[in-house]
Order: sequence, then structure tokens, then C-alpha cells
Amino acid sequence: MKKALISVTGLDTTGIIARVATRLYEMNINILDISQTILSGCFTMMMVVDLANADRDYAGVAEELKPIGDALGMEIHVQRMDIFDAMHRI
Amino acid sequence: MINTQDIIQTMQMIREDHLDIRTITLGINLLDCAAESAARTAQNVYDRVASTAENLVRTGESIEKEFGIPIVNKRVAVTPVSMITREDPVPIAFALDRAAKAVGVNFLGGYTALMQKGATRADERLIRSIPQVMNETDLLCSSVNIGSTRAGINMNAVAEMGQIIRQTAELTADRDSLGCAKLVVFANAVEDNPFMAGAFVGPGEPEAVINVGVSGPGVVKAALEQVRGEPFDVVAETIKRTAFKITRVGQLVAREASERLGIPFGIVDLSLAPTPARGDSVAQILEEMGLESVGGPGTTAALALLNDAVKKGGVMASNHVGGLSGAFIPVSEDAGMIRAAEQGKLSLEKLEAMTAVCSVGLDMIAIPGDTDAATISGIIADEAAIGMINQKTTAVRVIPAAGKKPGDTVSFGGLLGYAPVMPVSRVSCEAFIARGGRIPAPLNSLKN
Repeated sequence: MKKALISVTGLDTTGIIARVATRLYEMNINILDISQTILSGCFTMMMVVDLANADRDYAGVAEELKPIGDALGMEIHVQRMDIFDAMHRI
Repeated sequence: MINTQDIIQTMQMIREDHLDIRTITLGINLLDCAAESAARTAQNVYDRVASTAENLVRTGESIEKEFGIPIVNKRVAVTPVSMITREDPVPIAFALDRAAKAVGVNFLGGYTALMQKGATRADERLIRSIPQVMNETDLLCSSVNIGSTRAGINMNAVAEMGQIIRQTAELTADRDSLGCAKLVVFANAVEDNPFMAGAFVGPGEPEAVINVGVSGPGVVKAALEQVRGEPFDVVAETIKRTAFKITRVGQLVAREASERLGIPFGIVDLSLAPTPARGDSVAQILEEMGLESVGGPGTTAALALLNDAVKKGGVMASNHVGGLSGAFIPVSEDAGMIRAAEQGKLSLEKLEAMTAVCSVGLDMIAIPGDTDAATISGIIADEAAIGMINQKTTAVRVIPAAGKKPGDTVSFGGLLGYAPVMPVSRVSCEAFIARGGRIPAPLNSLKN
């Protein structure tokens, strides 16, 4: 597995999950888990995904998702899951 | 699967509390670059640095993107230049500066002489060339070790460095004496320090090595905001937990950089390094503990607790800890320190006391331009004595800002920040410094 966290932050609007998920499907990326919350007053959607069969790497996925973020007026980040595991698991 | 709280905490640390990797520093051994002529040595040095560090910046940037954490600096450290030439070292300085620019690093450290016990001819040549080299290069940093717990303090070198710092300030007067910001005088210098201006590769290091410096004063401050009014047991525990998390990221990045570059991992340096950015200040951590301002009574105790707790939390998070590992208290690079100095609440004398309990010394302090060489040497000797007796690294990086007096400001830009000129005692130590010779190494028992 090549796990990554995709976070989408900004003002809540319709179609966030739909648009991101569609693009992920097109890149052959499997969604493992989804959660949403409010972070410092901002709507935040978090997705854990597996890039093992994806047709591009972490940076490539981030690039692909950027136009969707721009269209929604939201920020989309892609981070390797390892950073969260390193920090919070012994 | 998603622990939302943990993920949010990490995201907050990076986006709001300025968590970053302060530096990936690639250490490169240059011992076998020594050749029969200075010109040939300079060429060898250029080739070695340019080839070994070729992919450093690109690799750093790709790690930065994948993990979503800023890596502020990519740097190179090399073998002390005085160890690879008996000729004029200046051509090597220029070669190193060119190589640093070619590979795109922020700084390159190692224009260094280790003379805690005595100076070789090469050491002498190198330190006399420092003012010219600091004036005519952009990215090269210089350090000189003038004392250690095992060797005592080389007071001839201390006297000479007072003069060298003054000359460097005068030569770079048109840039607020910037040359002095790239020059540090050490006691007990470490061989694997990734931080500038004092990074160099000691003779005990391998062919090439990756050392990583973490940061995160803002993260520690934010964590302490959650435990206001609690006793120090809770404060220490909170800092330890935070330091653990910060250091784990450092270890992860170090391992990743080491694998991608095919260069062994050396150490993670557990330092809290501030930046002039709002909320990224060591001073503000101390104030969060309950001080009205850094510099007042209680400051040294607060800093001692902070420094110790950072180490305790960090050691478990990393395979190998080294470098300077402690809280840094540079004045010009820390918004809280700058404010306290401007308001007259932080004195040079209090800073000296603080250096007894933390890494690393009197750092990035602007002093009046007319401070004489002997006074600067006296300041160096005092710092070195603290390091020598306490078996720790201490350093002096002061900027006698040409033409400036207390109340004026000097500005270096970027991470080097800006600093108010702080007053210095006018009581003379000229006859003390003029003695020369060595202060003997101290006894390591009967501690009191």
C-alpha cells in the first residue's frame, strides 16, 4: 500500500467529495476512509487513499487535484500517510 | 482507520504553528581533496561538493512535497578547510562559495579552524583570511574552535578572534556588518552540527553524511497554551510529548533523505530554532510559562526546564541524536528576544547566564560598532569558560555593527532577521586579554 492523506479545507459547499472522488477514480486510486470535521472554523474533509495502483505519484496526484480545489475555492493537500504514523505511533 | 484528532493536530502544527524541518545538512569529507597546490585543491574541492551535493536540493524539495512539511534549508558542511591546505586558503573559500551556488544550497559551512590547544600555520592563515572571505563570499560560513573541556581555552586565539570579528564588521560595514553573522567562535564545537554558521564535518565523520535539524518553537508554545496555570510537572511533560512528535518527523525526513541520496544518516539535532516569524519564538515559550518578558527573573530556570524536556522527549524519537541539541536563543532571529532587547528587558549579561543552561551561546547579538577588540575577546573568553566548565558547547556570534550605537537597529534580512544594538559593558579587560597563553583544562571532579 502507498497510503496518502488528502485534505480539503475551505468553505463547505456541494460536490466536494463527488468531484474529488471522481478524479481519484480516474487515476485508479482507491479510497480507504473518509472523514469530515471543522478545523479552525474551516470545513475540512480528509480522505485516506491508496496510491499503489495509481498512474502517478504523490506530487502528480496533488497536481491533478489542484484545479478542483481552485474551482471549489478550497485548498487540497496530498501528504504521505507516514508523517502521521511517525508522529502519533510509537 | 482515520484518527481525526491526530491528523488535525499534525495539520495544525504545520499550518498554524510553523512546524518545519529547519535543515537537511549534507556533510562532505574533503580530506582527500588536499593537493600539492592551492589551485588544485580548490578544483578538487569544487568537484567533490558539486558532485556529492548535486541532488540535495531537488531531493529535499520532493520530500517536502510528499510529506507536506516545509524543509526550510538545504545546506552543505565540509571538513575544516584549515585541515586540507597549508597554502593560502582563499582560493578554496571561493571554490566552496561557487560550489554552494552551483548546487543551490542556502549556506555552506566549514571555513573552519580547530585551535582549542594551539594553531597550525594553516589555522593562522585561515583565521587571518576570514574578514576578506566573509566580505567576498555570499554563502560560506566560518567557525573557529578556541576552547574545550579537555584542552582548556587558547587565549591567544581568543585575543586574535576579537580582532578578526572587528575587521570583519568593518569590511562589511555597508551591509550592517553582515560578515559577522556568518562567523561563529566556539568552545567544545561538535563535529556533526547541521546548523549554521557553525556546521563543519569533523575528522571522525564518514565520507558523506546526512544530518537533520528540526525546529518547532511555535508548536511547543501552542501546546503550553493548553496547560496554563498547571504546575511544572505538567509543563515538562507537555514539552516532552511535543518534542517527541517534532523529532519523529525529523527522523522520518532524515531516513528518507538518506535513502534517496544513498548517503548514510548521521544524527537528528534536537534543537528548538526560532525564526523571526510571529509565533515561532523561543522567548515566547518562556513567557508562556509565566514570565512577563524574557530576560526577567525566572528566565534561566524556565529555559533550563525547556532545554532538558526537549531532549528527554526527543531522544526516544530518533535512532541517533547529536549536533547541538538544545534550545537556541539567537536575538535577531527571534521576535520575542528582539522585543525584549528593544524594551531594555533583556541584557547581554542575562543572555550569558541563559547560555549556561541551553544550546548554544551568545548568538546573533548586535553590539555597538565602537566595541574594542579586547572587549569582544573578553566576551568570547567568558562564554568559552561556561562551555569548558559545564562540558557543553558554547559559542559567540556577535555583530559589532559599524557606525551603530545602542538603540540603533541592524537588519540582515531573511532568517537572519534584525536586531537592536545592545549595550556592552565599558569596563576594560585589555590587560587580561593581552596576557595570551592558555587557560588550563579544568578538573572534572570535586564539582561545585
